[in-house]
Amino acid sequence: MSEDVVLRVADLHKSFGPNEVLKGIDLEVRRGERIAILGSSGSGKSTLLRCLNVLEMPSKGRLFLDGAAIGTQRPDGGTRYREAELNALRARVGMVFQQFNLFPHMTALENVMEGQVSVLSRKKAEARALALKHLAQVGLADKADAYPARLSGGQQQRVAIARALAMDPEVLLFDEPTSSLDPELVGEVLGVIRDLSESGRTMLLVTHELGFAYHFATRVLFLHEGAILEDGPPEQVLKSPREERTRRFLDRFTAFRI
Amino acid sequence: MAGGARAPGGHAMSLPELQFGEVFANIDLLLKACGLTLALWAIALAAGLGGGLLLGLARIAQRRWIAWPARAFVETFRNTPVLVQLIWFYYALPVVTGIQLPAFAAAALALSLNACAYCAEIYRGGIQAVPTGQWEAGRALGMGRLRLLRRIVLPLAVRRMVPAFTNRAVELAKNTSVASIVTVHELMYTARLFSSQNYLPLETFTVVAVIYFVLIYPFTLASYALERRFAASGA
Repeated sequence: MSEDVVLRVADLHKSFGPNEVLKGIDLEVRRGERIAILGSSGSGKSTLLRCLNVLEMPSKGRLFLDGAAIGTQRPDGGTRYREAELNALRARVGMVFQQFNLFPHMTALENVMEGQVSVLSRKKAEARALALKHLAQVGLADKADAYPARLSGGQQQRVAIARALAMDPEVLLFDEPTSSLDPELVGEVLGVIRDLSESGRTMLLVTHELGFAYHFATRVLFLHEGAILEDGPPEQVLKSPREERTRRFLDRFTAFRI
Repeated sequence: MAGGARAPGGHAMSLPELQFGEVFANIDLLLKACGLTLALWAIALAAGLGGGLLLGLARIAQRRWIAWPARAFVETFRNTPVLVQLIWFYYALPVVTGIQLPAFAAAALALSLNACAYCAEIYRGGIQAVPTGQWEAGRALGMGRLRLLRRIVLPLAVRRMVPAFTNRAVELAKNTSVASIVTVHELMYTARLFSSQNYLPLETFTVVAVIYFVLIYPFTLASYALERRFAASGA
């Protein structure tokens, strides 16, 4: 395995009851890659993302971060995950949620400080300085003392991005970060994510914003019925897809144009 | 007697002449008894808030061998009268275990365990009402289960639980009067004694009601203030 593979999944399966959502995913994420994950609803794209930081427990398959396997193999072939190990993994793999999920009883600043202090054991003063830096980076330095209820959806999502960034994660996961925003607020969040791409950070983004995926991603995955159907540079996957399924999916987005 | 209602016997119905003076002359007896009432209340409430949290967490534990005993405890203490629990601790415990608790200790124990059962259910409901997104956001940062509870879930849950806890605490303050059954000389016991010695039940118990009100109402006001403070902090 090459040295710069930061995250790898092998034969990843996930079932909810009798419903198999992921049917054997193999994926290598190289350091610095920006991967957009596309697919219709129910294709398993969000589940795949949530398995990468084990918010969803994979039913089968292995996960490797920096070459080290997560979890220990059980005699029956399953994998056992210890809580401490998962916490350590999650501290290194950040996530931004569709619903922001800011802590409502904390100000924007406290939200961005929380993980730094309670997980990374940074000193309060240091965490505070870093939090202010990251809030400034997402354009919200002036909202540091505001509670989430006083912020717009776009601002909340930018705070959530700052919260994830403050952990200095090796990989950053975005789970449909603009899907619950009013259309006029989508731009400010995508702008922040685009600015991040210049930092060279490894990112995976589940999205329905095809135009953004085209400009943002270095690599595009198309998921269909729990499997990766297409995997390539945005130019190829979005403009000349190999698979009929991918073409039909893309056609739905381009059917209505001004 | 014109206009006065007439009882079936033909005698006039009227309030007896009230003799509050007699009660006020001995008010120090009642006020002294307040100490034990407040002590029972404070002990049971503290036990309920502390033990109830552990019990509530046990109720929502994934492991059945933790969750089931907790549930059995809660159902037992919620679905039987607190009076019977008290009598059991005072009269039956010595027979079964050979341990004779003093009356006050038996009352404090029964009221505490009863409060634990109720508070456990308030905690359980409050914790389960916290959106899963909050758990996920904490886990995604790498927070462990205990830290998540302490930093995120409980602070959010407690905000919603304040009215329910206030309700329970007020109920509990009045429930301390069952301790009079096992001769704890708290407010209600003293009132009953005084009233039967002086044949002044109406006056005595009216004064007792006012005393309970004066004891409990500041607590209620404090809890309203707490609710307002939480509301002001946005959550």
